[in-house]
Amino acid sequence: MEIAQSNSSPQATPKGKEFSLHRRQQIWGWIFLSPWIIGLVCFTILPMIASLIFSFLNFRLSDMNNVYFNDFANYKYLAQDPLLGPALMSTFKFALIALPLSLIVPIGLAALLNSKHLIGRPLFRTLFYMPYIVPVVSSAYIWGGVLNTDSGWLNRILSDLGLGKPNWLFDINLIYPALNIIGIWGVGNAMLIMLASMQGVPTELYEAARVDGAGGFTIFRRITFPMISPVVFYNLVLSVIGIFRYFEVPYILKDGTGDPGNATLFYNIHLYKNAFAQQNMGYGSTLAWVMFVMAMGITLFLFATARYWVYYGSGEKA
Amino acid sequence: MATQPQTASYESYINTSPLYALQLKKLTMHASVTLFAIILLIGFLTPFAYAIVTASKSEPQIKAGMVLPYTPQTFTYNGSDLPLLEVPIDGEIQILAGLTLKRGANAQNEFINPDAPDEIIIWEGNWRDLKTIQVLEIHLLENISAVWENTQTNFPVMIRNTIAIAVLGMIGTLLSSTCVAYAFARFPIPRKRALFLVLVSTIILPSQVTLVPTYGFFSAIGWTGPRAVGFTAWLPLIVPHFFANAYNVFLLRQYFLTLPKELDEAAMIDGAGPLRILISVIVPQSLPVIVAVAIFHLVFAWNDYFMPLIYLLGKNDLQPIAVGIQRFNYIYDVKPHLIQSSMLLGLIGPVLLFLFAQRFFMRGVVITGVDK
Repeated sequence: MEIAQSNSSPQATPKGKEFSLHRRQQIWGWIFLSPWIIGLVCFTILPMIASLIFSFLNFRLSDMNNVYFNDFANYKYLAQDPLLGPALMSTFKFALIALPLSLIVPIGLAALLNSKHLIGRPLFRTLFYMPYIVPVVSSAYIWGGVLNTDSGWLNRILSDLGLGKPNWLFDINLIYPALNIIGIWGVGNAMLIMLASMQGVPTELYEAARVDGAGGFTIFRRITFPMISPVVFYNLVLSVIGIFRYFEVPYILKDGTGDPGNATLFYNIHLYKNAFAQQNMGYGSTLAWVMFVMAMGITLFLFATARYWVYYGSGEKA
Repeated sequence: MATQPQTASYESYINTSPLYALQLKKLTMHASVTLFAIILLIGFLTPFAYAIVTASKSEPQIKAGMVLPYTPQTFTYNGSDLPLLEVPIDGEIQILAGLTLKRGANAQNEFINPDAPDEIIIWEGNWRDLKTIQVLEIHLLENISAVWENTQTNFPVMIRNTIAIAVLGMIGTLLSSTCVAYAFARFPIPRKRALFLVLVSTIILPSQVTLVPTYGFFSAIGWTGPRAVGFTAWLPLIVPHFFANAYNVFLLRQYFLTLPKELDEAAMIDGAGPLRILISVIVPQSLPVIVAVAIFHLVFAWNDYFMPLIYLLGKNDLQPIAVGIQRFNYIYDVKPHLIQSSMLLGLIGPVLLFLFAQRFFMRGVVITGVDK
């Protein structure tokens, strides 16, 4: 990030006219910046503090006259909440498949689209990207149809191949693969970012490696991956946050019930039910802060591992 | 191929030269990689095909359970509809109506000829092996207009709501993000680097941690919940966009930094103030990226589900299509052709917008995704 270049010029002689010009520019800067500063304070910092305070309150929107500090009751309830365990477990099981896929699939597709052997690359890029644009509601219902046990196209193919008719959306073991198939459909954005970063790798590096006799896989492992690793890292962090926030597809397909057997009761669905469906601002905030702390913990852990595998050009850290 | 002249000179000596073999290998690689991509792409596009095909079926076609919207043809005889089948009689295939069809491999089935229905023709064998006469009948427009005109869920109003929320939010994010990006790109603000890092790091902040109090706040001032009447209920979905968004600021700032400062300085010497410079120097040069931000927001707002779900709960006539469409599906749970038609209505806006403006769109994605 090159910010330095823009604020170096007017500081040379801070006196008289020059000085007042610099001051004036600074004031204008703050004026133009103000929408974001106000938004940051009103919609991020204050709400974060407020939700931390809420998490110590007995606070229901339906019972506004009865708001009081409840001696950590929300946090004590956290330990006994019968649905918190299933919610964490569902999220964890989902993440086990979703996290690797969220890196492997976009990298694989990007490598395919970056191949000089592929004819008609722009067209493929557009069409692979397109499902990402589809509203999540449409995507959920379309896949609900495709994965339908009897009439869905996937099962028509599978039963023609003699593989039976799996109950994709109603079987505890199949629901996570099914949800991940739906997730992969929207891989376009990550794919495009990976592709662009692969195209930014200097071709001399590849040529040099080929002269040295490196094969395709070695080139990927030794050159392509290190060169795109900052982007992979960025996607990994966003995927982790995305898994904590996972909500729409299971909520739409399962109506928020968590069926089958709480397998789709993801953390954020549990949060939504407490905070908004039941309007329990206190416990909802507790769940939100617990999520925030977990997400930040994992993000910090990832940042700590980054120095072992993320390559930042000339030794500069992000 | 670029190596053509060299190849020719080689080939004049011997036709199976290494270069010829290399070209053949290259061609095979092109073919196999492209074929592989096509197979994957078919997988990616199949759900679209499923939605369109299902939305094209009539109710009887859905019940018939065929993959494509085929209707079995029938012949009406004495008040009952008889299926038309292709029957081989004396080595010749005739189209006959099945009068009495029996189970079993050697059953005696009775057929009649639709052109001469008085004579009964006997055919021995399993009639299920016979090909039925089917006609492809597409009911897509019919279904879509049925969804559009449905009175329980008012699609025209849902589309109006979607566009209103999206466009008002777009105006908000364009105004605010442009100003903030301008501040980051051009003005000597103390601790600018730290502020910019704060801005970028808000991208990875899970919004849930701010959502509960924000909801409580909007509820307290009567912008959501039972006290929010009429269009007021849209304000929680629009007003926050007037306070800039990290992605958009990042995208605009990256672009502004590439613009030469000489033009700003020339305008300043001509007496233009900072606002004037923004409007008449920066913005006109940045139209591609401004269009990208506008499209991003339109697509985001059209697709957003969670925010309208919580803020417009129970306010059916104010909901955008992403939420309203779901109500439609509660009512028509058992009519997949209508459900898929409604889904096509839901996705057509963003997909067309993307296809028309994909160059702006993709460039924007690349800048926000790679430059960080």
